[in-house]
Amino acid sequence: MRKKIRLMVTSASAIAIVAVMGITTNIAIADDKAASSSLEEGKKLAFDRKKGNCLACHMIQGGDMAGTIGPPLIAMKSRFKRDALIAQISEPRDKNPNTIMPPFGTHSVMSPKEIELVTDYILTL
Amino acid sequence: MRKILTIAATTIALSLTPLIGTHASPAEDLEAFKGYFKKKFSDVAFDDYKNGVYAIDSASREQWEEMEEFPPYELAIDDGAALWGKKFANGKSFADCFGDVAGIRGKYPYFDEAKDDIATLEGTINKCLTDNGEKPFKWKKGNLAKLSAYIAYQGRGGKVDVKVEGAKAEAWYNEGKTFFYAKRGQLNMACADCHVYYAGQNIRADKLSPAMGHTTHFPVYRSKWGNLGTLHRRYGGCNKQVRAKPFKAQSKQYKALEYFEAYMSNGLELNGPGSRK
Repeated sequence: MRKKIRLMVTSASAIAIVAVMGITTNIAIADDKAASSSLEEGKKLAFDRKKGNCLACHMIQGGDMAGTIGPPLIAMKSRFKRDALIAQISEPRDKNPNTIMPPFGTHSVMSPKEIELVTDYILTL
Repeated sequence: MRKILTIAATTIALSLTPLIGTHASPAEDLEAFKGYFKKKFSDVAFDDYKNGVYAIDSASREQWEEMEEFPPYELAIDDGAALWGKKFANGKSFADCFGDVAGIRGKYPYFDEAKDDIATLEGTINKCLTDNGEKPFKWKKGNLAKLSAYIAYQGRGGKVDVKVEGAKAEAWYNEGKTFFYAKRGQLNMACADCHVYYAGQNIRADKLSPAMGHTTHFPVYRSKWGNLGTLHRRYGGCNKQVRAKPFKAQSKQYKALEYFEAYMSNGLELNGPGSRK
């Protein structure tokens, strides 16, 4: 009887562990999905002529007919920390008062949330 | 949103004159301007700047030259000629205001001392109409652009020779110069950003034209418009592109800008009307 109970407890734990693991895995997949869909959203904003329109001036892998006014957006993670890139997109005049780059944040071309989405996408380049 | 645009449009950064000093004379400005482009595009001959972006865009030049063989503005010139020859109700015509058609284009724009104003070709066409009791043409396109095209065509081969003489003329010139170098609009761009500092670079697939020569070939037939338009129509379009509120055609701002840009094209051949993408 004692043995039987122990077996039951063990099985219950095993089931519990499997269940927990299963849930964790599901959460992880959900996180991945959210991340990739927000990256997609960021890319869309970056290419949208009414929003980021980054392609007007910058070469971006996967974008057609890119402009040549600004530097190509490559190896971005090695060039910018996330906060620095958000700042550069929001108010590029901090770094260069005469820049041709629009102040996307200060002039409300994009919302703070949209700038974060674009930033996270640009950092994957 | 409108408020933001207006604020942005009126935010003028005057800190922006690295190329041309604020206190330089117009003649010094012109020398600096010419020198800048000579250095930037060393293989482009000065005379070629009359061709606008095609002076520096070899990729689309051939296509443009083919288009100019059977130019899309040809019918507009014929319509303009008919307008030129038409009598007003009082029996007079444009020739009574302007004199010989071949000598007109090169005279404008000029500073009118008596009125302390910039006389533009288009402004003077409409003044001729109203002085004679006729209804003025609508600005920017249509009959005004057609007559302007005929006059430009008849004046081909002349040279841009705009004069800035005296303090009042210089004040107009400086207003145009300030406009040209000032940042404006939600996108915070100056005329000079695209057409001086980044001339020759691509914005998406299009090359940015050099400012020197901008005025020689107007009015232009733009494929994008599907018809002919005046210089001030183009200025309005440019301002909209940087998301600034455009000024009206023949506004003080655009007259001053035309005066400055035309002065910066001094010495180039007049070759209007033109065709553009």
